[in-house]
Amino acid sequence: MKTYKTYADLPGAPIADVPSQEESTAGWRTTRPVLDLKNCTKCYLCWKYCPDTAISVNDEGWPVIRYEHCKGCGICAAECPKECIVMEKEV
Amino acid sequence: MAKVVMTGNYAQSYASKLARAQVVAAYPITPQTSIVEKIADFVSSGEMVTQYIKVESEHSAMQACISAAAVGARSYTATSSQGLLLMHELLFWAAGQRAPIVMGIINRAVAPPWSIWTDHTDSMAQRDTGWIQYYCESNQEVLDTVLQAYKVAEDPEIRLPAMIMEDAFYLSHTIEAVDVPPQGEVDAYIPLKRSPWVLDIEKPTRMGSFMGPDIYMEYRYIVAKAMQDSRKVIVEAEEDYGRRFGRSYGGLLPTYRCDDADVVLLTIGTASCTAREVVDELRTEGKKVGLARMRVFRPFPEEEIARLASSVRAIGVVDRSWGFGHRGTMFTEVTGALYKSKSKPLMKDYITGLGGRDITPQVLRGIYLDLLKIREGDEEMEWWGLRRPEKEVKHNA
Repeated sequence: MKTYKTYADLPGAPIADVPSQEESTAGWRTTRPVLDLKNCTKCYLCWKYCPDTAISVNDEGWPVIRYEHCKGCGICAAECPKECIVMEKEV
Repeated sequence: MAKVVMTGNYAQSYASKLARAQVVAAYPITPQTSIVEKIADFVSSGEMVTQYIKVESEHSAMQACISAAAVGARSYTATSSQGLLLMHELLFWAAGQRAPIVMGIINRAVAPPWSIWTDHTDSMAQRDTGWIQYYCESNQEVLDTVLQAYKVAEDPEIRLPAMIMEDAFYLSHTIEAVDVPPQGEVDAYIPLKRSPWVLDIEKPTRMGSFMGPDIYMEYRYIVAKAMQDSRKVIVEAEEDYGRRFGRSYGGLLPTYRCDDADVVLLTIGTASCTAREVVDELRTEGKKVGLARMRVFRPFPEEEIARLASSVRAIGVVDRSWGFGHRGTMFTEVTGALYKSKSKPLMKDYITGLGGRDITPQVLRGIYLDLLKIREGDEEMEWWGLRRPEKEVKHNA
């Protein structure tokens, strides 16, 4: 990501010149979902419910949390039927 | 050059055709005017080649123009009163996104009560949106100013949208012989150029995306700076226009017989032509009166007002709009501009002409005579010509 020191470094209009994939929103988070795969059944409800598509599925079929896009809403933790996800305070 | 007899509305249409606006987006029924009807005629007859988009609301019309600007197309739209109010949200978007849209506004009263007559509240309410605001007093000035506005709006250092105001009926439906400059000369004045910061498939970017507190202020400052810088560009664009087409209107705050004036009236829009006649009449009676016209309200002509204030005893402001809970819109701005100036003339706000009430020579003569009598400590505001009950206790609104 580009860094801007002063207004003079900015483009004249608010244009984002990197894909949103590369823009981190991790700083919004006050709690982080922590995933324990021990009881995970690969039901993918967490993946389905995540409003920011911050959960992906790896090659072996396990859910993976992409923390650079997770805003810590806790929906995944609430939806997981096996209670595999715990929301922990960010420090 | 060819003179064409036309209304103020058609002056906007002809100007948008001369400017070769590539996209015109408009909501076609009330409060729309014959501006876009005439443009539709031009398009259907093949006289004007443009993407003419009929949208479902003024909000969408403005969005379509912003999108057109996002790909670098020159765009034009027009509206009035309630339609302009519906656009409000997107007016900020246009300026913030540095979209050099030019828009014609017929100044019409805001409802209720429902009205179609002139009043400046609709555009004054858009004061802080980041649009350059011109107020015209003749159909010729409307045509000339639309062209100048493209020059200013598309200046690489400015890149701000501009609205060109004209009074309902006094200009919008009044016919005047208007000089229509040759197309080639207009093309030379405002050539279509490639815009910066546009969507480009080769270099993908996103517009309108979220940006945090670390950068928001800087982006607002960029718009603020462009607006400040536009003062100079507005004057230069008008001078250039004057050299090419032989007409200019006197910058942001044209003055009339102010040099030795004791009192000056500040007007906006068509009341100015009437006031000029009244100035001449009062001058023959030996009264030292002058006139200043707010041609450009945004950016605000702060320096011009300070200069004017340095030589006169009193300034009266004829406000055709009212800010509920405070004062007339222009008055607050003018008094604010004089805060740091050494000479502070006496000031009086005349609220009149709301909802199309006629500002006749008699009305302005009365105002001038009242202003000539002004003394320190006098009432500084009056709803001029208000029908009050006889025994009413006077209060400040």
